[in-house]
Amino acid sequence: MNLLLLLAAPLLTAIAVLLLRNKQQIRWAAFIGSTIQLALAFNLYATYKSARAAGQTTNFIFEKQYNWFPDWNISLHFGVDGIAIAMILLTAFVVIAGVLVSWNVEKMTKEFYFLLILLSFGAYGFFISLDLFVLFFFLEIAVIPKYLLIGIWGSGKKEYSANKLAVMLMGGSALVLVGLLGTYFGSGTKSFDLLQLSSVHIPAHVQSICFPLLFVGFGVFTALFPFHTWVPDGHSSAPTAGSMFLAGISMKLGGYGCLRVAAYIMPDGAKEYANIIIVLSSIAILYGAFATMMQKDLKYINAYSSISHCGFVLLGIGMLTKVSMTGAVMQMVSHGLMTALFFAVIGMVYERTHTRQVDEMGGLLKVMPFISTVLFIVGLCSLGLPGLSGFVAEMTIFVGSWENVDNFHRIATVAACLSIVVTAVYILRAVGKTAMGPMKESYAGLTDARWNERLAAIILIVGILAIGLAPFWMNDLLR
Amino acid sequence: MMDFITIMKNDLMLVAIIFLLLFIKLGKGIKNDTLLSIIQLLLLINFVAGFFMNDDYTAFDNMYQTSPVIAFQKSILSLGVYLISLLFSGWLRKSENLTEFFILMLSALLGMFLLLSSSNFLMFYLSLELATIPVAAMANFDLQKKISSEAAMKMILSSAFSSGILLFGISILYGITGTISFAALPALLNGSPIQIMVLVFLFSAFAFKLSIVPFHLWTADVYEGSPFATTSFLSVISKGAIAFVLVSTLYKVFQPMHGVWYTIITVLAIITMIIGNLFALRQQNIKRFLAFSSIAQVGFILVGISSNDSVKGLSSVMYFVLIYVFSNLAAFGVAETIAIYSGKENIGDYNGLYQNNKFLSWVLALALFSLAGIPPTAGFFGKLFLITAGAAKANFAFITIAALNMIVSLYYYLRVVRSVFMDKGETVVEKIPIQPAVKFGLIICGAGIIVTGLWSWVYDYVVGLL
Repeated sequence: MNLLLLLAAPLLTAIAVLLLRNKQQIRWAAFIGSTIQLALAFNLYATYKSARAAGQTTNFIFEKQYNWFPDWNISLHFGVDGIAIAMILLTAFVVIAGVLVSWNVEKMTKEFYFLLILLSFGAYGFFISLDLFVLFFFLEIAVIPKYLLIGIWGSGKKEYSANKLAVMLMGGSALVLVGLLGTYFGSGTKSFDLLQLSSVHIPAHVQSICFPLLFVGFGVFTALFPFHTWVPDGHSSAPTAGSMFLAGISMKLGGYGCLRVAAYIMPDGAKEYANIIIVLSSIAILYGAFATMMQKDLKYINAYSSISHCGFVLLGIGMLTKVSMTGAVMQMVSHGLMTALFFAVIGMVYERTHTRQVDEMGGLLKVMPFISTVLFIVGLCSLGLPGLSGFVAEMTIFVGSWENVDNFHRIATVAACLSIVVTAVYILRAVGKTAMGPMKESYAGLTDARWNERLAAIILIVGILAIGLAPFWMNDLLR
Repeated sequence: MMDFITIMKNDLMLVAIIFLLLFIKLGKGIKNDTLLSIIQLLLLINFVAGFFMNDDYTAFDNMYQTSPVIAFQKSILSLGVYLISLLFSGWLRKSENLTEFFILMLSALLGMFLLLSSSNFLMFYLSLELATIPVAAMANFDLQKKISSEAAMKMILSSAFSSGILLFGISILYGITGTISFAALPALLNGSPIQIMVLVFLFSAFAFKLSIVPFHLWTADVYEGSPFATTSFLSVISKGAIAFVLVSTLYKVFQPMHGVWYTIITVLAIITMIIGNLFALRQQNIKRFLAFSSIAQVGFILVGISSNDSVKGLSSVMYFVLIYVFSNLAAFGVAETIAIYSGKENIGDYNGLYQNNKFLSWVLALALFSLAGIPPTAGFFGKLFLITAGAAKANFAFITIAALNMIVSLYYYLRVVRSVFMDKGETVVEKIPIQPAVKFGLIICGAGIIVTGLWSWVYDYVVGLL
């Protein structure tokens, strides 16, 4: 399959959205566009499987290289492996769900969908790029849409959050940039190409300087402690689809970047700094979990729990075993789907009750059975119930971590395991309080989910179940 | 003889236009609208002509030189002036002294052309004066406003001062080497203390024109007082020309002393970026805001210049200036359109602009994102190439500071974007009428901001010239 299709689909959708005038037409255009993206992602998966079955053994397949700034040795080099395909599938799922739940955005509909699709364009480009400059380009392309989505359609102290997010992510990018330049000149290749960089041995002193820059830079995107502070503000101020994209896709860009750097370009640097990564990610896991216990606002609950869950991704990478890294990717996909669904549900609830405070709600199960059921599912997934994706991913990470036999790794693993208990506490409390208990009288006339919301939720739940009940295909893909 | 005309066509054509305008002024005069269209057409022809029949050439006993690179640098400046004539046509056509304004602006441009072509410090000094003095008169063009005269006064005093320093440096240089020809100088330079002093004097003259910190103090006041057309000429065309000349002087003439100027440039680049960015944070007036932001941008140009790589360094500087022409002129064009309609030029007045003025808002946003260096705009590539060129020296503390400065600059550019798209003003900004010529200019700028970056052909073209 030609990977450029993955870029062309969102681009054409964005152009279509720009040209159309009627709001209803714009929505449908965006929906059709995202359906095509989903179809392309599935097609990519299928062709990948058959290519592998036919005996393609190179790391990356469907490679294509086009000249772009040859003077700097930069080329549009695209290619995918199993990890990239998993992320592309995730992106396609979240995009279509995001488009569906934003169906009733009335304020500047055209701009809203345009930015949403631009964001997905950046994500696809990021996941298929094998040239680090191009990867960086796509990483930054998403800054404008994120900023505007939060600032214009957000709620609460949205300007503050949008600024904080943009500036902090830009800070991450600046570190990545310096790291990239260090690699470019230090590796002796004068090349940004991932394959070329992974084939040469980058000198140890370059790795020990550039690895932390790159890792922390990407880590900012995925809420690496102590650079996680944009997460709660950004997520809670963003509009529903914005939060879904931020937590579901954007945070994964960082995780993916960290993984590529640690596993492909600078394995020595990763070994050198692995312990620090493990400590930081364990802190993030525990800190995120405990901080969530104190939150009253549903969006804040999910935002802080995202810090905790993304900590698992970094923990998996830091443990440096094959299984734990597989688990990290699974956790990225699982968390992406789950958190997108969680934010979608929160949006649905908020639209009806006009509050996100857990204390003010109650008994929603009676008036909105569908929404409340989804809330239960997503909560259970978050706390790692077997049968749902969260369990598979976290379990894989723990198993992989346990392969390291020394005490340090064991203690970190156990500490991370403990967070699951805390997760259970806050999730059950939040979900229980909102969905069960005595119903408020004012909620009597509320309606359940509309078709678009149902469809969005079902699509994401299918994804969660597909990983939770049959993790083998995912495992195959990532091997 | 024919050589002479084809090679000097841009310079000669400017002279012709200036004389044409003089004669028009002497005669009965033409209506402003017609005259403006004629000038725009002539400037466009001048721009297009710059791409043909360029060759290496020297004339006037090695006083004048040209090459495809120099011709392209001139083309960038011509493009900028053409865009200025489009973007500010609302103000220009109302002006009673349209002819004079163009005579002055084109004289300054001619000075810059000769400056780029000079290969001798005498020629260099003369053309630099020609490029400066008319601009001071242009700064005074809002005749009713006191602040405009103040700007002109500050401009003329500070540039006279810097010219004095420059002349002093040149005379010492002549005293110790016995020549002022660019070709003969490098062999005679060895980095002795007195030569370092010469370099410092010459560099401070450049620093005045480029408003490199600590020689930047005139910038904000002059920008604020001058009419928009002059401000944008100063901040884009003038800066661009001086940046090109700085590169060629340092790379060619002072090449033997590159260790010395590398230190000077790194230190000044760091100070310039930091001070420019920090001061831009708190500006309310859009002109002052853009003044400080342009100081910070010059800091970035210095990062590229520091590479001392006559291919990568020069090409990234030229590429960046080209992008800077589009981005900064777009920002000034939008600000002017708003100012001419409502008389307001504070950032706070842009609150809620997006509601009724989608086109203006998007162009402004594109321009600011490009200045901040966010993809997919061209500014991203421009800044990245400058930094990459600078990084070849492996001075990573320097590169890190530059990268961190991008964060600060993003913050204040976002402040304007925020007020345009998010903040609600007390009164809604009405729909602002845009004249066709202005709209055309803004579209060119917007397209330039997108295309120059994404289409790598442009960069390849620049590199191909070297």
